[in-house]
Amino acid sequence: MFETLALYFSYPFVRYALIVGVLIALCSSLLGVTLVLKRFSFIGDGLSHVAFGAMSVAAVLNLSNNMLLVLPVTVICAILLLRTGQSTKIKGDAAVAMISVGALAIGYLIMNLFSTSTNLTGDVCSTLFGSTSILTLRPAEVWLCVALSILVVAAYILFYNKIFAITFDESFSRAVGTPVGTYNLLVAVIIAVIIVLAMNLVGSLLISALVIFPALSAMRVFRSFRSVTICSAILSVCCASVGLLTAILAGTPVGSTIVAVDIAAFFIFACIGKIGGNA
Amino acid sequence: MAELTCRDLTLGYEGNVLFEHLTFEVNQGDYLCIVGENGSGKSTLMRTILHLQPPMAGTIELGDGLKPTEIGYLPQQTVVQRDFPASVQEIVLSGCQGAAGRRPFYTKAEKQMAEDNMARLGISDLARRCYRELSGGQQQRVLLARALCATRRLLLLDEPVSGLDPKVTGEMYGLIEQLNRDGISIIMISHDISASVKYASHILHIGAETFFGTSHDYLHSPIGQKYLELEGGELHCSKHWHSISPTHSSDTP
Ligand SMILES: Nc1ncnc2c1ncn2[C@@H]1O[C@H](COP(=O)(O)OP(=O)(O)OP(=O)(O)O)[C@@H](O)[C@H]1O
Ligand SMILES: [Mg+2]
Repeated sequence: MFETLALYFSYPFVRYALIVGVLIALCSSLLGVTLVLKRFSFIGDGLSHVAFGAMSVAAVLNLSNNMLLVLPVTVICAILLLRTGQSTKIKGDAAVAMISVGALAIGYLIMNLFSTSTNLTGDVCSTLFGSTSILTLRPAEVWLCVALSILVVAAYILFYNKIFAITFDESFSRAVGTPVGTYNLLVAVIIAVIIVLAMNLVGSLLISALVIFPALSAMRVFRSFRSVTICSAILSVCCASVGLLTAILAGTPVGSTIVAVDIAAFFIFACIGKIGGNA
Repeated sequence: MAELTCRDLTLGYEGNVLFEHLTFEVNQGDYLCIVGENGSGKSTLMRTILHLQPPMAGTIELGDGLKPTEIGYLPQQTVVQRDFPASVQEIVLSGCQGAAGRRPFYTKAEKQMAEDNMARLGISDLARRCYRELSGGQQQRVLLARALCATRRLLLLDEPVSGLDPKVTGEMYGLIEQLNRDGISIIMISHDISASVKYASHILHIGAETFFGTSHDYLHSPIGQKYLELEGGELHCSKHWHSISPTHSSDTP
């Protein structure tokens, strides 16, 4: 088996896939803890559908680099969603549901009406479930991904203390003068970036899993914010690596394999938490 | 100049006026208790002082060089999710966020301050424990330690003893009194009028009737006498408030 693996690693596309996969897993798990705790998990889901819509528009327009369209659109939607959630009387989750379902429907419609591809179902399926696009990365995309990941991780470390504070108790933070709105905005932008990155890996339907599962698993076992964050980052990276290698060796779809590994890890952690809690 | 001056305040929500023309001030070292019925607007007043919501009319001024980020706050309820992973130490340290401002990391001095405040409130041994697994009284101490990290000058406490048993309540009052002696001004919301009169230097009563003055004056005012009688008829209960110590819980649905 190791020989097969060594053989695979001699191909650059396998190395690219592994680098990108690990980085995306790392980024998404970092913010997962905050998203889960702030009851924001649904925003990840909504944004991924927006990204899907933007992606189909980009595909129809035949853009050479669809990131240029998808990234800004998703970031803007993240900001809008956050704004509506705060200021108006429309419930945040209703707004998210509206935008997310809307983007999904319009995206599919556009693809149907204008796509020149002969294999439409295949295209849609791979955008939704990721399929093999991570194995066809070009060096430019890998570099973009590396750069954005470094930005995300750096921003997270830099604002870690503030993110903890506003996640734990927003009104106290406000009372002592922390610009809560700005940090919420920052979190939304980072989430948007992560989601666009992760679309390549697991596709837009499965992104939430990548964001939420490692955080939930870590929360079964650990009891402090720092340990949960570190554990979920490590766990996510491990699951992504195992999932990717399995997918490559066994020829299964990349996204679903990674998510399956994440789910398995969740059950293992839930058991550990039960046993540890009873002891 | 006073540390905090509220002038002609009118508070309310969307046209619903809670009270009007409230004027009072807090000087350095004062211990002000805000009393009044459920729903009279005590928490609203406190949130307005903290700029968490705007007043409908009137002004709030800070004096004596007190900065808005230097006020410690203990909210009435902190809704923390059931499974929130946060250790006591992380929470207490987050009280320093105002002082840290834009600086991303806490300094040694700030970490030391968190340690000191935990020691001051006797929760050093809980530092690594998960907040959610503590008892109500312990949680209250943690949040008080966090508030202390935010200030050396002015503490705003919204019903710090609600839900605590008489013994812990007594300890909490003792702690707050000690903090006040150390030079921190206190503004505390309480339903325990006899204890308020015992510990506070000033009383602010809001509701249908308004009163602002020293505790002594409050004791001898008609409104004060009326409410103390409601609470058990003991005008001199300040000596043995322990025995009655009615810890009204405020947010019964
Ligand atoms: N966000 C809000 N929107 C509209 N009305 C509100 C809001 N918060 C509080 N109120 C109303 O304002 C009034 C005062 O509320 P507040 O929480 O200030 O009372 P309180 O004096 O602190 O009461 P308690 O003793 O129960 O804590 C109540 O009638 C309440 O219904
Ligand atoms: Mg209140």
